[in-house]
Amino acid sequence: MIEKSARAILVVLSLIVASAAAYAVQPNEVLPDPALEARARGLSANLRCLVCQNQSIDDSDAPLARDLRLLVRERLVAGDSDAEVTRFLVARYGEFVLLRPPLGWHTLMLWLTPVLLLMLAAGGIGWRLVKARGQHIAPAQSPLTADEQARLASLMKDTTSRN
Amino acid sequence: MIVELGHFALVLAFLVCLVQTVLPMWGARIGDTRLMCVGEPAALAQFGLLIVAFAALTHAYVTSDFSVANVYANSHSEKPLIYRISGVWGNHEGSMLLWVLILALFGAAVAAFGTNLPETLRANVLSVQASIALAFLLFILLTSNPFLRLDPVPADGRGLNPILQDPALAFHPPFLYAGYVGFSMAYSFAIAGLIEGRTDAAWARWVRPWTLAAWMCLTVGIAMGSWWAYYELGWGGWWFWDPVENASFMPWLAGTALLHSAVVMEKREALKVWTILLAILTFSLSLMGAFLVRSGVLSSVHAFAVDPERGVFILAIMMVFIGGALTLYAWRAPSLRQGGIFAPISREGGLVLNNVLLTTATGTVLIGTLYPLALESINGAKISVGPPYFNSTFVPLMVPLLLALPFGPLMGWKRGDIHAALQRLWVAGLLAICAIVAVFAVVQRGPWLAPFAMALGVWVIAGAISELLVRVRAGNADSAEVFRRLRNLPRSVYGTTVAHAGVGVMVLGITATSAWQSEKILTMRPGETADIAGYALTFKGVAPDNGPNYREVVGVVSVTRGGQSVVDLAPSKRQYSAPPQATSEAGIYVALLGDLYVVLGDEAGDGAYAVRMYFNPLVRLIWIGTIIMFIGGALSLSDRRLRVGAPRRARRRGPAAVPAE
Repeated sequence: MIEKSARAILVVLSLIVASAAAYAVQPNEVLPDPALEARARGLSANLRCLVCQNQSIDDSDAPLARDLRLLVRERLVAGDSDAEVTRFLVARYGEFVLLRPPLGWHTLMLWLTPVLLLMLAAGGIGWRLVKARGQHIAPAQSPLTADEQARLASLMKDTTSRN
Repeated sequence: MIVELGHFALVLAFLVCLVQTVLPMWGARIGDTRLMCVGEPAALAQFGLLIVAFAALTHAYVTSDFSVANVYANSHSEKPLIYRISGVWGNHEGSMLLWVLILALFGAAVAAFGTNLPETLRANVLSVQASIALAFLLFILLTSNPFLRLDPVPADGRGLNPILQDPALAFHPPFLYAGYVGFSMAYSFAIAGLIEGRTDAAWARWVRPWTLAAWMCLTVGIAMGSWWAYYELGWGGWWFWDPVENASFMPWLAGTALLHSAVVMEKREALKVWTILLAILTFSLSLMGAFLVRSGVLSSVHAFAVDPERGVFILAIMMVFIGGALTLYAWRAPSLRQGGIFAPISREGGLVLNNVLLTTATGTVLIGTLYPLALESINGAKISVGPPYFNSTFVPLMVPLLLALPFGPLMGWKRGDIHAALQRLWVAGLLAICAIVAVFAVVQRGPWLAPFAMALGVWVIAGAISELLVRVRAGNADSAEVFRRLRNLPRSVYGTTVAHAGVGVMVLGITATSAWQSEKILTMRPGETADIAGYALTFKGVAPDNGPNYREVVGVVSVTRGGQSVVDLAPSKRQYSAPPQATSEAGIYVALLGDLYVVLGDEAGDGAYAVRMYFNPLVRLIWIGTIIMFIGGALSLSDRRLRVGAPRRARRRGPAAVPAE
């Protein structure tokens, strides 16, 4: 029940946030070290602003996004590696915070679908090719059956009488 | 009174739809010409009635009639006229009315121009088209009626979301809907074809112009939305893989595949069963888009309606039309005769590859969009699928597509010669390699893959032009002969070349702006100067200003380059009064090599402001590319063979050639 109403509030919040202008990274957040800042940006692009609709923390002006941006920079300054920062955030906020879901049993279908679709297509086409191998492909010769020829003729008559 | 007239017209349109759904199809079944003939006048009447209903609602908006609940909830008397008009479809009820109006427009177009269609096919198409309108009209009348009145009448309206008050966004929905709904034609023809058990090259020839027109509208609609996001949302992004964007992108991808497979069906009578399925899937994805956006399943800016009753209704509509179509397909498709055998290396083969990659891409976007919803409803686990997922799955699918693209049109039907095609593409290949070298030499930063992606864009453009040159045998004939051939080429050939070149142009824009955007975020006091991409930007301070329904703070940023004054930019922060909301307007300077993009942030005390500046190289090519693609579509549509109006010529000659029935 509490979770439900909390979610309702989140939805309302996210509507307000999403419809306001997005300002994102503030000047006073930017790290003096350009290399660290670049790493912070790279990490941010994969981190979701938890109260927004599909926005990364870099693209959102929500206070929570700002907190996360500062947190990421704090950890980087403290000497964490990129992986350590990500692990820290996942431990705190769950996988929901990652815009690129890690490969796991629960995301297997997500990552495999493109490959499966390609294999399915390749299989289907391969099967058709094997089936069609016996049939001769001759550019000069008509591959139509008598039945099809008759229909083609009637179609052509249809078209010519109309043009 | 006018509002009641509109309401009445809406109910009448529903009844006309009922008649149009039942009688023509029944007539086609029992072979009764009189019943079949009901289709055309009914389609025209339905369209006329919906125009009346739509005009009545527009009138209520223009005159700010706040006794209408819908106007009260979404308009405001201070709003400029253009946004009072666009407000008609800037909300759930009105946008659904626009949806059925466009649906009826397409139906009426079949009634008016489809005179060369076989009688039964036309009757069935009109019936199927009416059945879709019937479902949506019922939805509007029962759950989303825009004509309900309020008593007592409020003094003023609540206003339209200010970020929707924008010229590009005002006309984004009509184009988008024309695209979504336009695919209903392909769907109706597919169902009618399945019912008759007859689909052939002629069928494909009738379907193609409708699909092409819908595809063109959808292209423009999506481009407008992306263009709006670019300059309005304030950080120069142009595509976010947001579920709502995906909802419009999936029908576009499937529709692009459909356009290409319909070519094979028209020219070679092959891929019939597949083309029919693709026609059904394309419109199903449009319906799903409507469901995702309208039901509030994904709440975002676009999801105005957070109301489960409506969601369940649209879900039911979706299940009936998708489920029904697929059942019919499973039952009737095996009886469709397959024709036209072809070798893997051939024009058909190329188009099959196009279809495989585009449908896989569609499937990938679909699963990425729905996976979080599905996973959460199965085991409650919450995950996010965002841009990094889509970029790492979608892009690898597009690379082979773009690599293969120039080969397709150079291959012969049935059996192509890949060596001959390669020989004809050597110039394009050389240009692409030059592009890699040039980009590496000029831009010495950014991802190492970016120069290759630029080369891919050059390859696609040069390849598209090569095809045209090969066709007119430029180089082998004298110039007069080449010009004669150029004149005589069918417009659809130009259409292909232009549309494909547009894809290449878009690839250049996407690559350049993604790889080499530069950014500076800083606090500036009045008089301070910052450098970005060779420009010097001086912040001169801010000045307040007033618009018709907002107050704003306008920053003054003067731009110089090498000491020469270039432009004064005026990025602003607006505060709207109804509803109270803040937006930001970027200051954009369009240079030859990219956009200088300046956003005014929050005040930092002492007259200092946070200022964000970006240089987005070649970003405009993204939208220029889509415009070129649109022009390509228009050229192809204007080809005499495909022209929607062509049957009119036929009718004049008709009576002489066809004996009276």
